Amino acid sequence: MNRMSRFNVTAIALGFAFLYLPILLLIIYSFNESKLVTVWAGFSTKWYREVWNNQGLMDAAWVTIRVGLLAATVATVLGTLAALALTRFTKFRGRTLFSGMVYAPLVMPDVIIGLSLLLLFVAAGFDRGFWTITMAHITLTMCFVTVVVQSRLLSMDRSIEEAAMDLGATPLKTFLQVTLPVIAPAVVSGWMLAFTLSLDDLVIANFTSGPGATTLPMKIYSQVRLGVTPEINAVSTILVAIVATGVIIASVLTKRREVQRRRDEQAAFAQ
Amino acid sequence: MTKLSNALFNRLVIAIPYIWLIIFFMVPFFIVLRISFSQTAIAMPPYLPVFSLSDGWQGFWDNIGQLSFDNYIWLTEDALYINAYISSLTIAFISTCLTLLIGYPIAYGMARAPTSIRPTLLMLVILPFWTSFLIRVYAWIAILKPEGFLNQFLQAIGIIDDPLIILNTNIAVYIGIVYSYLPFMVLPLYSTLEKMDESLIEAAGDLGCPPLKAFWTITFPLSLPGVIAGFLLVFIPTVGEFVIPDLLGGSSTLMIGKTLWTEFNANRDWPVSAAVAIILLLVLVIPIAIFQNAQAKAAQQ
Amino acid sequence: MKSLGSIRRSFAPWNDSSAKPYISFKNVTKRFGDFTAVDDLSLDIYNREFFALLGASGCGKSTLLRMLAGFETPTSGQIILDGQDLSQTPPYRRPVNMMFQSYALFPHMTVEKNIGFGLKQDGMPKDQIAYRVAQMLKLVKLEKFASRKPHQLSGGQRQRVALARSLAKQPKVLLLDEPLGALDKKLREETQFELMDLQQDLGLTFVVVTHDQEEAMTMADRIAVMSAGKVVQVATPAEIYEAPNSRFVADFIGDVNIFDGNVVSSEGGKTQIAVSEDLTIVAEQNGSGPASGAAAFAIRPEKVRIAREAPANPGFNAVKGEIWDIGYLGDMTIYIVKLASGQTVRASRLNASRELENPIGYDEEVWVSFDDNAGVVLKD
Repeated sequence: MNRMSRFNVTAIALGFAFLYLPILLLIIYSFNESKLVTVWAGFSTKWYREVWNNQGLMDAAWVTIRVGLLAATVATVLGTLAALALTRFTKFRGRTLFSGMVYAPLVMPDVIIGLSLLLLFVAAGFDRGFWTITMAHITLTMCFVTVVVQSRLLSMDRSIEEAAMDLGATPLKTFLQVTLPVIAPAVVSGWMLAFTLSLDDLVIANFTSGPGATTLPMKIYSQVRLGVTPEINAVSTILVAIVATGVIIASVLTKRREVQRRRDEQAAFAQ
Repeated sequence: MTKLSNALFNRLVIAIPYIWLIIFFMVPFFIVLRISFSQTAIAMPPYLPVFSLSDGWQGFWDNIGQLSFDNYIWLTEDALYINAYISSLTIAFISTCLTLLIGYPIAYGMARAPTSIRPTLLMLVILPFWTSFLIRVYAWIAILKPEGFLNQFLQAIGIIDDPLIILNTNIAVYIGIVYSYLPFMVLPLYSTLEKMDESLIEAAGDLGCPPLKAFWTITFPLSLPGVIAGFLLVFIPTVGEFVIPDLLGGSSTLMIGKTLWTEFNANRDWPVSAAVAIILLLVLVIPIAIFQNAQAKAAQQ
Repeated sequence: MKSLGSIRRSFAPWNDSSAKPYISFKNVTKRFGDFTAVDDLSLDIYNREFFALLGASGCGKSTLLRMLAGFETPTSGQIILDGQDLSQTPPYRRPVNMMFQSYALFPHMTVEKNIGFGLKQDGMPKDQIAYRVAQMLKLVKLEKFASRKPHQLSGGQRQRVALARSLAKQPKVLLLDEPLGALDKKLREETQFELMDLQQDLGLTFVVVTHDQEEAMTMADRIAVMSAGKVVQVATPAEIYEAPNSRFVADFIGDVNIFDGNVVSSEGGKTQIAVSEDLTIVAEQNGSGPASGAAAFAIRPEKVRIAREAPANPGFNAVKGEIWDIGYLGDMTIYIVKLASGQTVRASRLNASRELENPIGYDEEVWVSFDDNAGVVLKD
């Protein structure tokens, strides 16, 4: 064990260096004075001001956030219902097809999802733009929500639902008063996952968007193809900071709740 | 009243997501399938025949008659497509193997780390997954380009004199894939390795088995379910990858996701891209079937 | 005031042919796929009875309880409660409540809210709920814990919350699924008596599922011993112990010695069974023994005597053997005696006097004997 531990420490250290160094470099050079992203020329926040003044980027960011909020919310409702259907109704007509459709988008390449949805929107004569991106993102992200919520539903003690019914709660009331509050943390993390996936998506948005609706990843992509710029570094840094803050706050809160819970339990048994 | 609302509730729980998936998953799939049998046309939409309710039954049958396998035949005749499929599979396989090689020691180290810091390590592995994929790929451009950080570093310590050309080659694609998909490999490996009883290794040692041999005869075979899961979690999405080959790869980097994108957006050949998509799906069904088979076997045991 | 024991002794509706059963299982069968969990089972339970379903895991006792609660629907047969067929009633409309093995407390609700949950579902006004909850908290002595969440309670306290919650709606029948399974031994023994007192005070019918025979013997008025989806015997704890109707029950409840043999004669209220060359058993006849052919004689260890001296009538209900093993438990000693036939016999002896000098020791030759009415004759 001890002999292995030096190897273990090295593996972890190199692994995390590999994972974090590129992002770290990107963040550092977003504060670079020079227009060249790989040559350090002094500290500056001018690229952040540039981003703020870049109307195109700000518009794209606004579209992305609106799509993300709406898509994540609808996807969370649909995904939770799908998870409920898959765990609580073991027999209904077309269940195999249903579970197939739920899991398939998880492994399907984005290009195929994007292409097929675009062809649907064309066939249906929809104007492409904000709403088509949102619908496409709902379809993609609801499957991830389903997986997250489903695993919580499966690990949950079913007898508390039975207890609620035993005490006179109808299935609907049981769901609203007992099941939903208990699975709430999973539903929230499903929402967060859906939101980040929507923020992140380039390929599907590119297929399903139309004139007038450009998302931030689409904007970043079109600029990146022209070359690396400190402005993109600045945008990236903001995005990374927002997501990292969100995830860290969420995990600190979860951890604190767990610690509190453990303390309560110890106190209860010490009586 | 309540009885009715309960039945309605149960019905709706299934029906709402079901109908959504039918409309936005099933129907588009059939549209792709249908268009893959159509002809290219200079029109909007750019393919023939266009089915329309106003044609009636006769029109419908006429249109059916116009469908053909031409696009698929075209795919087999043009070496570009076959090479793109083969190259996608090769690149995906090589980079998945590299991801496994790099991910395994990390997962192993994490699983043997003190219990108190394991949740933090786990969060650190997951965190990059939450940050934008595009940004993480973008970050590598600045590192890999001729005047980038890697070459600066290597030249500074005197290993090389002339900058290495890495960006816009397959090597950059491998690096990009390993980097982007590493969490997907580490997580399943970590969860199998963490569950493993450490006393097994102690027992092997007690019976006279040296550590390295114990690893190959005990730890590795027992972690195989994690290896398989991680392998497929990386391999499957990699085959259809678009962003990484597009940003890091060169003009000679052939990957089917990129080919499809170009065919569709640049050449506007919808029927051929639909056929490419159908074939890509079929190519992916095979590893997924293998995966499910392996899972079913594991579940039986 | 009468003692609990005297009330319970006089309570025996199952012997009264005019008494109407409160709960009736009529030819109930439950299948899960190919597996038959409950097999054509019929059973009557009376009002105010403390009834135990006892059996090993997988015998169908929990399924039976869950069918009564409404979580499972019988494949065939009827379940009747207080004259009403319950088969088609969903769990949330049945006048029965259940205390779950895992307690199934709602983790996001306080103790108060947990106990008041069922009352709220009935649409009871808030002030009445509060009054009733306070009453229940007092009953289970948890007044001080009203605003705690379940995870802030000890195991015993959680058990009492679960009990209070299931009693709050004043159900016609309380179902208890392994109610004491998660408690440690000392708490379990205390709680057994508390549950019995509670059942008497409230005058309710309790149906408890347990795999712990001691628990069932202590608490229940009657026990149904179950095996493979069927009820093997339904009787009072004393009858189950002293007069098991089958080898399975005799073996399942407590320790037992079983002698296999053949019926030699069966007359004058006595059955003679030839067991081996040196042993013939003469036993009082009872309901379940056969009149001829193969038979078994079951006798509890505490009813087997051992002595150094030969009894008056050697060969009949007495046989010579050798001490093979001795287990000294303090209050009593268990002797394992090996007979010439090779069979071992377990005899327990209460250490009523401090026999420190000259106790029966290893390898000593002893006589094993018992009375005519000490055991029961069973079918093979």
